[in-house]
Amino acid sequence: MGEFEVHRVRFFGLVPAGVRCMAYQHRGCRLALARTDGAVEVYNFAANYFMEKAIPGHQARSVEALCWAAGERLFGAGLSGDITEYDLERLRPARTVDGFGGPIWSMAANNDGTRLAIGCEDGSVKLFQVVPGGVQFEKNLDRQKGRVLCLSWHPSGTHLAAGSINFIRVLDVRSGRTAQRIMVNYHVPKSKKRECVVWSIAFLSSGTVISSDSFGRVQFWDWERGTLQDSHTVSTSAVLSLAVSEEEDSIVVGTSAGATYQFQLLPVKAGGQEKRWVRTKPFQHHTHDVRAVVHTPTALISGGLDAQLVIRPLMEKVQKKGYDAVLRKFTFPHRRLVSCARKARLLLFQFSQHLELWRLGSTNKTGKDGEVLPVSRMPEHLLQLKSKGPEHIYCSCVSPCGSWIAYSTASRFHLYRVQHEGDSISVKKVPGVPKLLLPAYQLQCASDSGRLFVASDRGSVHVVQLLEPGGCKHLHTLRPPTGTREAVYLLASSADGNWLAAVSGDWEVHIYSLKHFKHHCTVPTYSCAVTALAIHPATNNLFISYSDQQLFEFSIPEKQYTAWSRMVQNSGLHKLWLERDSPITHIAFNPKNTSQILLHDVYMLCVLDKSLPLPDNNTLLVNQSTLKQLSEPARRRQLHAFKICKKFQPLLFADLLDERCLVTVERPAVDISAELPPPVQQKKFGT
Amino acid sequence: MAALCEAFTLCGLGPTGGVGLGSGLLALEPGADPDHVLLTDRGRTATLFKVSDQKPLGCWSVKHGQIITCPVVCNFETHEYIAVHDNKVLRIWKDKDVNLDKVFKATLSAEVYRIHSLPHAEPLVLFRGGGVRTLDVLLEAPQQEIENVISDEVIKWSEAFLEGQQPVLIFVTEKDGDFFVYIQKLKMRSLCKYKLEQQELSNPLCFTAYIKKQIITLLCLYSSNSVYKVLIPLQQNSEEEEQTLSKSLLLNLSISGSVLKGTSFVVLDKDHVAVLGSLAASGEESKECLTIWNTKFQTLQASKELPLGTSGQLWCYGEKFFFTHGKVLTVVIYKCETSSLAAAVGKLKDSQTSDLSSFVNWNTLGDEELLVSCQSQQSVALKSESKMMLRSKKSAVEDIQPDASTIGQFLLSIKDASTAAVEDELRQLLSKAQRPDFQAAIGCVISALINRCKADPMFYPRNFLVQMIQKRELSYSLCPDLMAVALEKKDVHLLQICLQRFPDIPEEITYACLKVFLSISDDYLERTDVDLESVISYIDIEPNNKEVKTEVVENGFSTELEEDGCDVTGMKETHMMDSVEFCPVGPQKAALLNAVLHSAYSETFLLPHLKDLPAQQAVLFLRYLHYLYVKCSEKINTTLPGVLSPTISQIMDWMCLLLDAHFTVMVMLPEAKRLLSSMHKFVRAQVRFYSELNKIEGSLQELQRIKCQKDSQAYSIEVLELI
Repeated sequence: MGEFEVHRVRFFGLVPAGVRCMAYQHRGCRLALARTDGAVEVYNFAANYFMEKAIPGHQARSVEALCWAAGERLFGAGLSGDITEYDLERLRPARTVDGFGGPIWSMAANNDGTRLAIGCEDGSVKLFQVVPGGVQFEKNLDRQKGRVLCLSWHPSGTHLAAGSINFIRVLDVRSGRTAQRIMVNYHVPKSKKRECVVWSIAFLSSGTVISSDSFGRVQFWDWERGTLQDSHTVSTSAVLSLAVSEEEDSIVVGTSAGATYQFQLLPVKAGGQEKRWVRTKPFQHHTHDVRAVVHTPTALISGGLDAQLVIRPLMEKVQKKGYDAVLRKFTFPHRRLVSCARKARLLLFQFSQHLELWRLGSTNKTGKDGEVLPVSRMPEHLLQLKSKGPEHIYCSCVSPCGSWIAYSTASRFHLYRVQHEGDSISVKKVPGVPKLLLPAYQLQCASDSGRLFVASDRGSVHVVQLLEPGGCKHLHTLRPPTGTREAVYLLASSADGNWLAAVSGDWEVHIYSLKHFKHHCTVPTYSCAVTALAIHPATNNLFISYSDQQLFEFSIPEKQYTAWSRMVQNSGLHKLWLERDSPITHIAFNPKNTSQILLHDVYMLCVLDKSLPLPDNNTLLVNQSTLKQLSEPARRRQLHAFKICKKFQPLLFADLLDERCLVTVERPAVDISAELPPPVQQKKFGT
Repeated sequence: MAALCEAFTLCGLGPTGGVGLGSGLLALEPGADPDHVLLTDRGRTATLFKVSDQKPLGCWSVKHGQIITCPVVCNFETHEYIAVHDNKVLRIWKDKDVNLDKVFKATLSAEVYRIHSLPHAEPLVLFRGGGVRTLDVLLEAPQQEIENVISDEVIKWSEAFLEGQQPVLIFVTEKDGDFFVYIQKLKMRSLCKYKLEQQELSNPLCFTAYIKKQIITLLCLYSSNSVYKVLIPLQQNSEEEEQTLSKSLLLNLSISGSVLKGTSFVVLDKDHVAVLGSLAASGEESKECLTIWNTKFQTLQASKELPLGTSGQLWCYGEKFFFTHGKVLTVVIYKCETSSLAAAVGKLKDSQTSDLSSFVNWNTLGDEELLVSCQSQQSVALKSESKMMLRSKKSAVEDIQPDASTIGQFLLSIKDASTAAVEDELRQLLSKAQRPDFQAAIGCVISALINRCKADPMFYPRNFLVQMIQKRELSYSLCPDLMAVALEKKDVHLLQICLQRFPDIPEEITYACLKVFLSISDDYLERTDVDLESVISYIDIEPNNKEVKTEVVENGFSTELEEDGCDVTGMKETHMMDSVEFCPVGPQKAALLNAVLHSAYSETFLLPHLKDLPAQQAVLFLRYLHYLYVKCSEKINTTLPGVLSPTISQIMDWMCLLLDAHFTVMVMLPEAKRLLSSMHKFVRAQVRFYSELNKIEGSLQELQRIKCQKDSQAYSIEVLELI
C-alpha cells in the first residue's frame, strides 16, 4: 500500500479531570459520572460502554454527588450549595435549587427515587421531594455539628444513615429525630486520637450500617444497638468510597492508595446458615484516590483522581467469555478534542477552558519504514485562546484553510479570523455573530472554508456563512422533519458542499441537502450509538461507525446502503475487531485513493482498503508485522482489508493530511501521571 | 442447573380450608388448560383450580355416602371431566354442570382402578383386574364383560403414553413381594408381562416412567434409598414366557452422610428427577424436603426444606411441583436446564458456541444402550449414538447401521473367538473408514479385548493394541485396564507409547511403570523393541555403554571424594569426566525413563508412591536425571535435541521430587554420597553462573530504560509503512 510520513504529535497537554462521583441506573444500564472540574458524563453500558452524553464543566459548579431519581432524571449537588437537575437532552444544567445549608457534601435518593436527601456543611440533613419539573423542599432533619459527608437511605425509606467527622447518625425520616448516634473512633487509644472522617456509608435492609473511614477501616454496625459487628482494616490510608450490590451480599470499597477491595457475605461453614463479611478480592487499577465506586450486578466500577474509569467484571457472574467479560479502562473522552486544518497543516487542541493552535513541523528527507526523519522545521505554538468566564468549552473547530477558529461554551459562541502573514499571526474576533440557540454541541467547517455548521439542540443544525475578510451571516437552520428533543452531537459535511449529515442523541442520522436547504433522507435506524461519521469526497458515501464496532457505508445519492456495506454485513467483521473496547472516534479518507478509509480508536489506527477481501475469523487481523517478513507473492495472498497499526498509543486523533502524510496525536499515560499530584506515598519493597 | 424458585399456596386443606376436609388428597391431574389442575380428595369432592390465580374455578361433589374412588381426569378432546365413584359408577360432566347427580352416569360391571387421559386420544380405563378399555368402547356397552388378567395381583401404579398415535399403558402389580410389569398396547391388542428383578431387603415404593424412541424407561424408587432404572423395549414381540427385567442403579439418594428417604418422585427431564422425602442425618431428627437431583452427575442440585411435613405425594405439571405442606397445597415453580459439566461447576458457556463438538459425549454411549442395540439389532439406540459429537470432525458418510451392528457382534465375539479370528476381525475393523462414533466404539473394543486378556493369559493382541494407541486419540480413562495388563506382561513398548500418548494416567500407574522400567535389566531391554527417538540424539548407542552401566552398578571408586575443596571449574570438568559423561543406563532404558518424565503428574499424588521406590533404583534414576541435567546445561538454550526428549524443567522437577521422597535414604546410603556431592557442586556452579547473568541483566535493563526515555519526545516525524 505504501509509506506514510507520520507527524507524531505528543505535545497535546491534555490532563483529564479526576472522577469525583458516580451513579448507576440499573434499569437503563447507564452510568453517570462527575469529574472534579464539574463535567458530567453518561455512559451507556448497553451500547458497549459508549460515553453517550457529556456536559462540560463549570468553574463554580463542583459536583460532590450524583443521583438518578424519578426514573431517568439525573440530579447533582455540590459545594456551591445547589441541587442541580441535568437536562440530558440539551446537555446542560436544567434548573437549580438552593439547599440553604451551605456547601452540599452528599446526596442520596431513596429506593423509589421520589425523595432526595442532602447532607450539608452546617450539619443538617434536608429532604427534598422530586416533583415534575424540579425538586421541592420537604423538611429538615435533626441538625448536629459537623458536615455531613455521606448519606444512605435504608431500603425501606424509613431511616437515613449519615456519616460525619467522628460519628455516624441514624435519622428517623418521619419524625426527623436522631435515632442513634455512633462514635466511630471510640476504640482508638486516647493518645493517638485524631479526627476520624467517615467518608462513605451504606445502610442495608438487615439494619446493618457499613461505614468506611479515614483510618482505613470498613466497619459494620448494628444501628439499633449501636454496636460494632465487624471491622476490617483494609488500608493504612483512607477508605474513600463504598458501594453495595443490589442483593446486599457484596460490597466494593475504594481507598486513597488506588486500591479497591471486594467484600462478600459468605457462610462461615460450607452450607451453614451463619454468614460473615469476608474481604475477597483486592484490585489495584488506580494510582490515585478512588473517589467513587459502583457495584453493578456483574461488575465493579471504580473511578479515581487519575481520571480513569475502570470496569472490572465479576467473572463468576459472567456467563460467557465475550465483550462483557473484559476489564476495561477509560481515560479519555469518546469525543474528538483535536481538529485539523489539512491544507494549512494546523492542529487545534481543545482544553477545558482554552484552545491551542499549533503548526506542524516538516522534513525534507525521506526514509524507510520505522526511521525517524530529521525535523527541518520544528512545530510552532501559534496561538492560545483563553475562554473568558467560568464555563468550559463544549466544542471547537478550525477551518481547513486555517483562517477561521470557532468555539462554543454553554452560553457563548465565538468566531475568530486568523491572519497568517509570513511567520507572524494575528487574530481578530469576528463581530456580530448571529444570536444562535446555544450551546453548540459540535462545529464543522465546510471543506472550502466558506460555511460553518453549528450543531444545536432539538436536532437542528445552523448554517453560517463565513465572509471575507472577517464576517459571518446566518443562512439557514436545518431541522429534522420528524422533530426530536435530543441535541445533535456529530456532524459531517461533504467535500462538494452539497450534503450534510447530522447525528442526534437518539442515534438518528439525518442527511440534508445544502443546495436546497432541505432534508434529504434518514439513514435506517440502528440500535447502537454512532461514534463517528464522514462523507467520502469522491463518491458521497456516508461512512458510519457504531459503538458496537460495526461499520456501515450509506450512499447518499442512492439513499441506500452500498454493495460493500451489504457485503460486510453478510460476511461479518472479524471477531477481534468486534471485541475492541474503545470506539472509533474519527474517520478520514485518502484523497488519491477512493477505496482507502482511515479509522482510529484509542489503541490503533487502521487503514481500511475496500478493494481487498475482508478477513475471516481464522486469519490474523493485525498482520502488518507478519506481512513485512513475507515475500511479495506470499504477501499478496495474505493481504486483507484491515491494515492496523498499533504503534501509536494512546491515540487521541489521527488524520490524513494528504495521501502520503499522516498526523497522529498521542497522549502517553506517563505524561499525564507526571502532571497529577503525587499519590499517597506507598512503601515499596526494596526502596 | 435446576433450581427451585418461588413457592405459593394453592389452597388450604384443613377442615376449614375448603377442600379435602382433612382426609387428604387422592390425586392431582392436569386440567384442559395448561394452567388448570384438577384436585380430587379422598372424600367426595373434586376441585378445578387456576394455578396462576390461586383460585378455584369449579367444585363438584358426589352425594353423601358416596365416595370418589378414582381421580377425576379431564378428557382433553371434549373438555369433559370423568370420575368414578363407589368403584363402579362412571360420571361424565362439563364445566357448566353443577350437580353431579344430574350428569351422565354409567354403571360398569367391574371395579375401575384408574382412568388415564391422553391428549389427542380417547381416555383409557384401567380396571382392577388389569383389563383396559378405551372410554368410547366402554360407553357403547357399559355392562360388558371385563376380563381379569392379573388374577390375584394388586395394581400398584399405572401410567399411559402415546407412542406414534398408539396408546400404551404400563402398570405394575404386586403379589407376595414380587413385582410385575405389564405393557398393554391397545391397538395391537398385545399384553406383555415382565417380572421385575428382585432386590433383597428393599421394595419399590414409587414408580414413574417415560417413553422415548420406542423404549419405556421405568424408574423405581426403592426403600433402600436408591432410584433404579429399568429399560423395556416396546417392540419386543413377547414369546409367551415371562421375562425378568434387570435394573440398573440410576441414583443413590445420599448427601454427604445423610440419606434421603424418598416417598415419591417425578422425572423432570432426561437428567433430572425430583424426590420428595425425609432427610435423615445420623443422630439428627429427619426433616422433610423436596430435592432435585441430577442423575448424570449424581448430584443434588436444589433442595427445599418442608418443616411442616407432607403427605408424601408429589405431582409435577408444567414446571410446577404440587404437594401438601402442612395443611395447605403448595406449588413450587422450578427451573430445569440442560445440565452440562460446565454448568455443574458453575461456568456455563454460551450454548451456541460449537466448542462442545470437540468432546466426546460419553454419556450417550452407556453400557445398557449398547447392549440393547446389540441384542435386539435395532437401530433405536444407535440413532442416539449417531448424534454423538466426536473429536474428529471428519464426518463419515459411510453407512452407519451395518457397521454399528458389526461392532456389536464383534464385541460379543471377542469373548470367545479364537485369537486368529479376533485379529482378522480387528484388521477389518481398522480398515474401515472412520465413523463418527468410531472413537467410542474403539474404547469398547479395547475394554472387551482387555477383559479377554485378563481371562485368557494366552490371548494378547499386542500389535493391534500398539496400533490403536498410536493411531487414535485414546486416553487412560477410556481403557483403564490396558496399562495394568501391560504392566503385568512387562510390555515396556506398549507402556512407553501409553505414557507418551495418554493425557490422564494416574500417578500410581506412572510410578508402577517407573518401577518396572528401572527393575528390568538392560540386557533384556536390548532385545526388546523400544522407541529410541527421544534419546538417539544425545546418547551414543555404542557397544561401550554396557561398560558404563557396570561401572555404575559397581559404583566406581571413591577417589574423587577428597576433591571437595577444589575450584569450581576444575571440579566440574573432572566430574563430567567421571560419572556424568556416560549415560548411567542403556539407551532403551533411557528412552523408557524419558517417557515417564514426559507424562503428566501431580506432585502430591506422586510423592507417596515415589517413597516406595527401592533405594538402589532411586539412586540409579537420580544418576540418570543428573546426567540429563548436565547434558542440558551444556547447551546455551538448555534443551536436549531430538523429539520427545525431556525438558530442563521436567528434569529439575523430577530431581527435586526424587530427592524429597528419598532424602534420608540418600544421605544414609554410602553409594549415593558421591553422586550427591557431585550434584551439589554442579548446582552451585550453575547458581554462581546465573547470579553473574543477573548482574548483566540489571545493567542492560538500565540501558533499556534510558532508551525508552529518549523515545518520548514531544514531536517526531517517522516513516510508517502499511502493507
